[in-house]
Amino acid sequence: MATTSTADPTRRDMLYIATGAASAVAIGAVAWPFISQMNPDASTLALSSTELDISAIPEGQIVTIKWRGKPVFVRHRTKKEIKEAEDVPLAQLPDPQTDQARVKKPEWLVVVGVCTHLGCIPLGHQGPFDGWFCPCHGSAYDTSGRIRQGPAPRNLEVPDYAFLTDTKIKIG
Amino acid sequence: MSGPSTYVPKSAIGRWFESRLPVMGLVHSSFVAYPTPKNLNYWWTFGAILSFMLVAQIVTGVVLAMHYTPHTTMAFNSVEHIMRDVNWGWMLRYLHANGASMFFLAVYIHIARGLYYGSYKAPREILWILGVIIFLLMMATAFMGYVLPWGQMSFWGATVITNLFSAIPLVGDAITTWLWGGYSVDNPTLNRFFSLHYLLPFMIAAVVGLHVWALHVVGQNNPAGVDIKDVEKDSVPFTPHATLKDATGIAAFVILYAWFVFFIPNFLGDSDNYIMANPLQTPPHIVPEWYFLPFYAILRAIPSKLGGVIFMFGAIVMLVLLPWLDTSKVRSAVYRPVYKILFWVFIACVIGLGYLGSQPPEGGAVLAARILTAYYFAHFLVILPLLGLFETPRPVPASIAESVLKGDTTELGKA
Ligand code: HEM
Ligand code: FES
Repeated sequence: MATTSTADPTRRDMLYIATGAASAVAIGAVAWPFISQMNPDASTLALSSTELDISAIPEGQIVTIKWRGKPVFVRHRTKKEIKEAEDVPLAQLPDPQTDQARVKKPEWLVVVGVCTHLGCIPLGHQGPFDGWFCPCHGSAYDTSGRIRQGPAPRNLEVPDYAFLTDTKIKIG
Repeated sequence: MSGPSTYVPKSAIGRWFESRLPVMGLVHSSFVAYPTPKNLNYWWTFGAILSFMLVAQIVTGVVLAMHYTPHTTMAFNSVEHIMRDVNWGWMLRYLHANGASMFFLAVYIHIARGLYYGSYKAPREILWILGVIIFLLMMATAFMGYVLPWGQMSFWGATVITNLFSAIPLVGDAITTWLWGGYSVDNPTLNRFFSLHYLLPFMIAAVVGLHVWALHVVGQNNPAGVDIKDVEKDSVPFTPHATLKDATGIAAFVILYAWFVFFIPNFLGDSDNYIMANPLQTPPHIVPEWYFLPFYAILRAIPSKLGGVIFMFGAIVMLVLLPWLDTSKVRSAVYRPVYKILFWVFIACVIGLGYLGSQPPEGGAVLAARILTAYYFAHFLVILPLLGLFETPRPVPASIAESVLKGDTTELGKA
């Protein structure tokens, strides 16, 4: 048996390697269901869209609705707010994006109401940029929901949404 | 040091059993005959106090779990049910909630003891790192436990902390969704946290086993920071000496614990947690439990999301690296005149960070937190490596017996 450690690969070495490789695949295949079970389940995925009638939201007001367990802000922006959002030079933005790229109609801003820092809900009409202010660690957003100051890295997320009619939107 | 072989059971049954499973010999060599340095002071009783607290948390936790319901619609009410309806439920819950605080109080004192007397230095690096792992597991356990009552702070604390993972580049969002089992903290999150909150304390118990094993391989450090050379002159047997001293320490600690439980059970808690979780409203001021505040202050001090997370975890990595960052050959601060002062400066820095972590992140508080964060890291990365090269230590005694006779090590509490 001492001869099995020679430099030439033997039939036995081949079997060892094949067994080892098959075991690694098997372990991976067994581990996957244990990891995957923690991802969102079918019932969570099913709750993925919400509709909202926006005709009753007066100019200047922000309405919060729940979508996938998170708040979504629907903001009926005033002329001044729209102008503020459009006039900012992109160079001043930590996460540069034009206001036009974030809205479908300038009067309506729809954003996920979750601070992109650590997930608190920012307070509307507050902070130095008139948009939102997050009380948790002081991030300030503008009237386009873009991050202007504080630790949050990104603009408030714009969810997938569509105007079903002039007064009705569907989120998700 | 005495090995298992020296133990001979007195009874015939005992000898029969011992030759098949030498567990009594293990206990005897670890907790009876084990030689402990004779100069240990009361700071060395915190290991026993911590073991006591772990058992207390497991016992109270298991009975709470008999009455608690891990569902978003019922969790909050089931905790109120424990408080109002379950026999002695109010006491069991207050024991468990305050027990977590007492556990952390003890672990911070235990860590500070190690820092002061250089217990992390060779040959105790593994022992020390196992301690840091226990500390991390404790933080994970307490964090998930705090989510269970499903109050406002439970929910928003869980939201902020799980979102830390979203700072990881590329895969961060996918990991966060995976942790939540959804798109926000919700029922799947509560359910899994309950499962893990039940599991982790037993993993802590296993790591404590390794920690004690490593301790008994390298031997205890002591206020003089010199090893036992002559077992007769330098040490005393664990039982009765350490057993009774530890019992005294535990008794004193239990008085403090009971005082919190029976007189000020909600002093350390946040009143917002008596409001049921509301995913659509963040409380105006989110603060974690007191034992996380220094780390929370570091997180907020850094004006970048990923940076804050890196520095917060980095604060603990410093502890892991400490055995190699401290270049001084002398263990005990008793013989290190400059380190002795800087140790207290460091303690003050951590307490200061804790205070700032409890304040709203505005104006001067942010600046102060940045300065203290810089100091925290400088202590490990600059001060300790250099201090070992420049400091002139006082003469270290030749043995524990000599240090006792000279009365060197009695300043922080007489043995
Ligand atoms: C390392 C040990 C442990 C620590 C540090 C710890 C910590 C905590 C904390 C901080 C809370 C929140 C208390 C509150 O504010 O109401 C909690 C709740 C809870 N823990 Fe633990 N725990 C530990 C072990 C256990 C174990 C072993 C169990 C067994 C199942 C358990 C079961 C529970 C239950 C059912 C609750 C919810 C009831 C309540 O909120 O009082 N815990 N834990
Ligand atoms: S969560 Fe909004 S600033 Fe941190």
